[in-house]
Amino acid sequence: MTGIIDIATIWAFIIAFAVFVYVVMDGFDLGLGMLFPLFPKKTDRDVIMNSVAPVWDGNETWLVLGGGGMMAAFPLAYAVLMPALYTPVIAMLIGLIFRGVAFEFRGRTQNKQANRWDIAFAGGSLLATLAQGIALGAILQGVHVEGRHYAGGWWDWLTPFSILTGLALVVGYSLLGATWLVLKTEGELRDKAYHLSRFLLFAMLGAIGAVSIATPFLHIQYTQRWFTWPNMILTAPVPIAVAGVTVLLLRSLATKQDSQPFFLSLALFALSYAGLGISMYPYIVPQSITIWQAASPENSQIFMLFGVAVLVPLILGYTAWAYWVFRGKVRPESGYH
Amino acid sequence: MFGGWDAVVLARAQFAFTMSFHIVFPAFSIGLASFLAVLEALWLWTGREVFINLFNYWLKIFAVAFAMGVVSGIVMSYQFGTNWSAFADKTGPVLGPLMAYEVLTAFFLEAGFLGVMLFGLERVGHRLHFIATLMVATGTLISAFWILSANSWMQTPTGYAFNADGQFVAADWLKVIFNPSFPYRLVHMVLAAYLTTALVVGAVGAFHLLRDRHLAGPRVMFSMAMWMATLVAPIQILAGDQHGLDTLEHQPVKIMAMEGHFTSHPDGAPLILFGLPDQAAGKVKYAVEVPKLGSLVLKHSFDAPLAGLDTVPRENWPPVPITFWSFRIMVGMGFLMVGLGLLSLWARWRGTLYEFRLLHMFAVAMAPAGFIAVLAGWITTETGRQPFTVYGLLRTAESVSPLAAPAVASSLIAFVIVYFAVFSAGVIYILRMMAAPPHHGERGPSGITPAGAAGITAAASVAAGGAAR
Repeated sequence: MTGIIDIATIWAFIIAFAVFVYVVMDGFDLGLGMLFPLFPKKTDRDVIMNSVAPVWDGNETWLVLGGGGMMAAFPLAYAVLMPALYTPVIAMLIGLIFRGVAFEFRGRTQNKQANRWDIAFAGGSLLATLAQGIALGAILQGVHVEGRHYAGGWWDWLTPFSILTGLALVVGYSLLGATWLVLKTEGELRDKAYHLSRFLLFAMLGAIGAVSIATPFLHIQYTQRWFTWPNMILTAPVPIAVAGVTVLLLRSLATKQDSQPFFLSLALFALSYAGLGISMYPYIVPQSITIWQAASPENSQIFMLFGVAVLVPLILGYTAWAYWVFRGKVRPESGYH
Repeated sequence: MFGGWDAVVLARAQFAFTMSFHIVFPAFSIGLASFLAVLEALWLWTGREVFINLFNYWLKIFAVAFAMGVVSGIVMSYQFGTNWSAFADKTGPVLGPLMAYEVLTAFFLEAGFLGVMLFGLERVGHRLHFIATLMVATGTLISAFWILSANSWMQTPTGYAFNADGQFVAADWLKVIFNPSFPYRLVHMVLAAYLTTALVVGAVGAFHLLRDRHLAGPRVMFSMAMWMATLVAPIQILAGDQHGLDTLEHQPVKIMAMEGHFTSHPDGAPLILFGLPDQAAGKVKYAVEVPKLGSLVLKHSFDAPLAGLDTVPRENWPPVPITFWSFRIMVGMGFLMVGLGLLSLWARWRGTLYEFRLLHMFAVAMAPAGFIAVLAGWITTETGRQPFTVYGLLRTAESVSPLAAPAVASSLIAFVIVYFAVFSAGVIYILRMMAAPPHHGERGPSGITPAGAAGITAAASVAAGGAAR
């Protein structure tokens, strides 16, 4: 069936799109949480919070669409992967609880000096990011499936490779957070963000390299996908483009073009994500379940496709409007609460 | 702590626990979002300062409650996969799309406009801001529509077929969405949300009136809340009765459990007011009952026969004591609400609405009544449909993930600890905000002025149609 654009393939792209939008949008605000300990001043922290307070909730909604959409379009994959990723998913949810409520709670405590919700924001962001990265690694390395069920244990996800992908995502989201601060802040705060961005960019390149080297060792299929002719026509441009974006990003950091580093970092994420897609396709549970095996009946997928076709452009439209309303630099004097 | 429990019981405990915490926040925010929209409309219409003060006062509370609803809701959306993967695999093709539509039509709408609603009044102008408030309020109602449709389908499934893999598939989407119990459940739940909010708003108003009965804000909110209780509480009892009759038709076993009817009554069933249902013995001990009234309520005839649980195989019995008692708690709360509404009507008629201290104390005491009723109602309907997840078709024991009990026990313990730590703090913050009355010049949660838009006044941005610069 490969090669034919059928409805299951369309849905695979829709879910991949939703997850990518989530990674892009919540990635930078999780990154801000992880950078929080590096900005001990309360005024800086207020600015950082205020730069995402109006949009964080919308960002997280993409995660619900990714999960809910997967249950709807690929219920078998959802039913196999969630128990396989049990601990990372629970850890992610708990992390998201702590950091989500911190937006509202940190302005409500009476003890303004040592704000425990700042710790919740940073710790929750780190926990959620690590868990997401580990989950990614656990999916890539494959899970044990029997019949229509996950058949492994509840610690199978924990391997050196999944730890590596967890740390890689911590670095990647932190880079997005730092470049977001370059975009949204001024003065000392922005200068510090520039320094951090440069450091994190090198760390991110190291992480991309490490994951790229480790992945082909997981399964022979990954190696064949990337390093055999004629697949290389498709795969070779990815690392070349990564190099190109890196050069542009370094230049924008050196010449202090505030508006560029964030979007170039997103491009770096998009390329890494495309690389993952190339490795995985057409499996949704690598080496066990393809998108066609996991797909819902066609009438379920078509029923939802109408909604997606109409509503997603609308959602992107009003989400863009909300970002536009709160555009520009955030200044410390404009206090939240 | 959970040594002797199996994975099914633990997964059920986890769902019950996380759901009970979650439902409280949407129940409150559905009503509060509509209340905020009404307050803003009244402000735009009349220009009276008291309305914008009340709007900003409740908006800050809404922000905290909404955040807690969002984070506890994400947990729910992943729990189908983590603890109930067999259920997710089998029902995904039918329920998945309903939940996907909830995300697409409701969650994004709420989240997309929430930022503007909370922080954007000075940036987008009054008209666009009011639209944002309306969008958030509409989003909460659309969300209720889809999730109650999904829940109702699990209670009264229609419009489905099975495929070769044993999955439920949709044969007719309209019959799936508008299944028999859905209209009743939707009306009953939305009214419950409105009443819950009205009782909280009324209690906060009454609390401040007890200290100073001349405060403008508390007077307005107390009066509005009492109108709501007066008008909606009786309607809710009628809606609940209709919902019950629908349940009798489609889920008669649930009604047997709610009524404590272990035995069949061929010539008129009694209405058991109170008693101790004994599941093992199959009878209600110490029952206080009114002969034949049960048949009158359920069948509108004194002598109508009613079948009891003795006609149902024991393995299909729901847990009767829980269903029986939670139902009575819900109904009791409902009648207390009607009582509060009537008392306030009497005070209003006598012109003592703002002076009648006993009424105010009653209203303060009723603050949690809506939450208690909502929880009791959900416990009634969810335990009453046991031992099935999809009524009559898929058993709860066949729905769980293939996980070892320690995994489910650990996550349950983690959720219990985190929920108590986080949500008790949130409730304290909300109560602290409620403890101060709304005052002159009350500020909303806004105050962010990025450089691009600094200095733009509300009036100027209205003139520029909200698209200034």
